[in-house]
Amino acid sequence: MSSFGLLAAIWPLTTLGHYVHWHIIQISVANLTVIILMVVTFIVALFAPFPGRRRRKEKP
Amino acid sequence: MSTTEIDRQWTTRLRRRVAGKLPPEKLLPDTQPTYVASWIYVFGVTTMAALGVVIVSGCLLALRGPQWWHTSSVGHFVNSLHLWSVEIFFFAMVIHLWGKYFMAAWRGGRALTWMTGVFTFLVSIATAFTGYVSQSNFDSQWISTQAKDGINSTGAGAFWNVLNTGQMLMWHIVLLPLAAVVLTVFHVLLVRIKGVVPPFEKDGAEVAQ
Repeated sequence: MSSFGLLAAIWPLTTLGHYVHWHIIQISVANLTVIILMVVTFIVALFAPFPGRRRRKEKP
Repeated sequence: MSTTEIDRQWTTRLRRRVAGKLPPEKLLPDTQPTYVASWIYVFGVTTMAALGVVIVSGCLLALRGPQWWHTSSVGHFVNSLHLWSVEIFFFAMVIHLWGKYFMAAWRGGRALTWMTGVFTFLVSIATAFTGYVSQSNFDSQWISTQAKDGINSTGAGAFWNVLNTGQMLMWHIVLLPLAAVVLTVFHVLLVRIKGVVPPFEKDGAEVAQ
C-alpha cells in the first residue's frame, strides 16, 4: 500500500463531513478548527517574545 | 534642450516626484522602529511569501494543464502545493488583518494603505472562488452550479457566468492574480512611504511620528 493509501485508510476521506450546529450557525468541524487555530495563533503572536527585542531596547 | 524644457518633461517630473516620496533609504530601510519587533508583523511577510508560492505553483500548473494535475503524482503534488499555499496565504492574511485592525493602522494618513489591504483581501477571495470553479472536476461542477444561483440573484450573472469554464479560468489565472499582485506591491510601497503605524500610548494618545 502506498503512503497515500495508508493515510487514506487511517483518515477516511469518502465519509460525510462533520458539522457543528448552534442555533442559526452551522459550520464544518474543519472550518471551525482552522478558525480556532487562527485565533490561537493571533493570541500567541501578540504575547510571544520576539527574538532580539530586548537587545534592541538596550541599544542607545 | 533648455533647463526649463527638461524640467517640464514628464519623465523628469515623475522621477523627482518618486525620488521625493520614496528615496532609496526609505524603500529599503536598514532598521525599523523597536515596536516592529513583534510576531504580529511577521504575518504580513508570511502572506507575501505564500503569495509567491501560489504564483509559482500556479504557473507550474498552467504549463501542463488539467490532465497533468488530475492524473500525474507530480501534478497532484503541485496542485496540493497550490492549494496549501493558498490556505497559508489566507491564514496569515487574516491574522495580519486582525492585528492591523486592533492597531487602528489607518491612523496618521494611512487610509490608502488600509484600503489597498482591504481590496487585496477582496480580490484574493474572488481569485480563490474562481479557482474553486476552475479545478475541472466534480467538485468544481457542484460549486459552480451552486454559485450561479447566488451570482444570478445579484444580477451580475449576465456578465459573470460561473458556468463558463473559460471565462472563470481566465479571470483566475490572468485578471485577478494581476490585480492581487499590483495591489500588494502598491500596499507595500505605501507602507514604505508612510512607515509602520506606531502603537497607542497608555493614556490613549498616539506615539509621536
